Amino acid sequence: MTVSDFDQFRPPEPERRGRRFGKLRRKKRSGRTDGSAEMLMVPDVEFSSYYGHNIVKPPPWGPEIAAYLFLGGVAGGSGLLAYGAQLTGRKLLCRNARIGAMVAIALGSGALIKDLGRPDRFLNMLRTIKVTSPMSLGSWILTLYSGGMGVAAAAEVDRLTGGRLPLGPLRRALTTVEPAGGLAGAVFGAPLAVYTAVLLSDTANPTWNAAHRDLPFVFASSASLAAGGLAMVTTPTRETGPARALAVMGVAGDLMATRYMEGRMDPVAAEPLHQGRPGSLLRWSERLAVAGGLGALLLGRNRVTAAVSGGALLTASACTRFAVLEAGINSAKDPRYTVEPQRRRLEERRAAGITNDSITTAG
Amino acid sequence: MVSSPDTAQSVAAYAKGSHQFSGPTDPAADAHWPHLQSRKGFFTDTSICIGCKACEVACKEWNRNPRDGDLELTGWSYDNTQALGASTWRHVAFIEQDHDRIEAARESGRQLVDLGMPTVRSGEGVSRPADVTPPDTPEFRWLMASDVCKHCTHAGCLDVCPTGALIRTEFGSVVVQDDVCNGCGTCVAGCPFGVIERRSDGTAAPTTRAGERKGEQPEVPKRGVAQKCTLCYDRLVDGEEPACAKTCPTTSIKYGDHADLLVTARDRVQQLHDQGLTEARLYGANELDGVGGTGAMFLLLDEPEVYGLPPDPRVPTADLPVMFRRAGLAAAGMLAAAAVAFLGGGR
Repeated sequence: MTVSDFDQFRPPEPERRGRRFGKLRRKKRSGRTDGSAEMLMVPDVEFSSYYGHNIVKPPPWGPEIAAYLFLGGVAGGSGLLAYGAQLTGRKLLCRNARIGAMVAIALGSGALIKDLGRPDRFLNMLRTIKVTSPMSLGSWILTLYSGGMGVAAAAEVDRLTGGRLPLGPLRRALTTVEPAGGLAGAVFGAPLAVYTAVLLSDTANPTWNAAHRDLPFVFASSASLAAGGLAMVTTPTRETGPARALAVMGVAGDLMATRYMEGRMDPVAAEPLHQGRPGSLLRWSERLAVAGGLGALLLGRNRVTAAVSGGALLTASACTRFAVLEAGINSAKDPRYTVEPQRRRLEERRAAGITNDSITTAG
Repeated sequence: MVSSPDTAQSVAAYAKGSHQFSGPTDPAADAHWPHLQSRKGFFTDTSICIGCKACEVACKEWNRNPRDGDLELTGWSYDNTQALGASTWRHVAFIEQDHDRIEAARESGRQLVDLGMPTVRSGEGVSRPADVTPPDTPEFRWLMASDVCKHCTHAGCLDVCPTGALIRTEFGSVVVQDDVCNGCGTCVAGCPFGVIERRSDGTAAPTTRAGERKGEQPEVPKRGVAQKCTLCYDRLVDGEEPACAKTCPTTSIKYGDHADLLVTARDRVQQLHDQGLTEARLYGANELDGVGGTGAMFLLLDEPEVYGLPPDPRVPTADLPVMFRRAGLAAAGMLAAAAVAFLGGGR
């Protein structure tokens, strides 16, 4: 302790925390934090995590990616509806589904590119074909789908505007390849709606990875009900019978697949799906899906109620996608979701007599 | 910096159907490198780490990595670095433990020995006559451990990278080609250890903008692309060892041929066990684990999660065949639903 003339300017001494050498104070955690706010001066000696810091990292994906999950689903389902309408001569449904799909996929692609760290390099996505990378396969699916649907939608826009697109001699070519474009939209539609589930699950993210067996069914159902919903909004009821049927099947699939998925997941890894904003989004998704599904089933022949039901279905699908994305990001921010399921499966394997595949070994 | 054998390499590998999703393998051979180097890696012996952070500094200096974070004091013992990230490729963890925690660590290590794993050593190690009396249990200990990219045999980041920016080098390490990466961020989610990160304003990156936070810092290079430890690829091709290993004053960080390091690591654990320090254990030295073993191995003195390491990491790609099957089934279901909707008399 020194004494100087400047002592009068010293701030008051902070109260000493009873720490003696060789004896650490134990502090009870007041609540779980994501680590960034953790400012313990005396480390909590009872942690099993590293100061509550996350182990796996959340991917740098914002709402743009959730929007793409939704829009890609809408586009994929609409590709199927458009092709069915093309085959069965439902001209309005075909036109609206094609244009709706094209708008959705254009917006979705824009969102994807915007979320890249280097948007100027988006074409690098098509630099190679990698079987182990769902995003690589998805980029090709997206490209082929957009190509086909672009042709089909261009033909529709041309007809809609009374042949005013400056196509010249290309108009005949467009009319010739238009059915093939519609077919491409159907062939790549379902993969487009489903690959995003594999993309999320093929990660070390606790919640997404734990859902890897059943997330594709949730996404396929969600895409079906959303595409049906979009058709119910855009198209007169006389042509939307199949769209309503697809929507109702989508709702049934969505409800069953979501429950089944949550039931099969590790209970801790499933937690982020029930908590906070993702939890309420998922609850709203279920309510809106049920309401929209009932609306499509019972009131689908009235133009107004059909459109309202369609809107509910679209919102339900968007809620599901935002919830799943955010739940995964939340699960990566707390080490508990990484450590607890992993410890459990390790213990289970050891209990079953498998002791040779642990990353931690005694020698 | 890096010529890119990746496209030809991966297409050839898949065409031959020989690329392995999981299980023991030589990663460089699996990636079809024509001229094979021996696999290189690290063995980080945390029992002799003194927490000087010279490895962190040497890494930053050599790789010209920008500042990470806001220069805040965390209160996590002497660790103000917090975690590995886009601009932090070595991270020294500090953990303060009391008597009870030391006992618990020793007990969990003893259980690991009792499990008799792995089977590799069961022959020679056990019979060694040794003084098994535990030494006086200290009241307090300070764990220090320098963490780094694991350079997994089956690397999640590499598998999920859509552009081929991440490649397997001839040394068996995993490297980002920063002129190819478009910053999609999939690798960040793909890494079971939370190592790789996108250097940008994304949700996972702390500081990126020059001069906006406390203190000034120069323009951040290689912004918006994924970044992680390269095992100093540029030094390796010149026959040098990585900067962190070169600078480590206690040889806690050892660099060398993977096979040699494995022997060193096992001998060191045995040595510590013979001293009664049963808390000593290896991390990443088992080629049968979820990532096929790691290129960077560690000797730990407590459970991995205490150091911020996952207790049972598994490369997500190992389950990819299941995911593709399930996705195919879901897509088929969707097609069937659409077919039923149109054929089933919907009007």
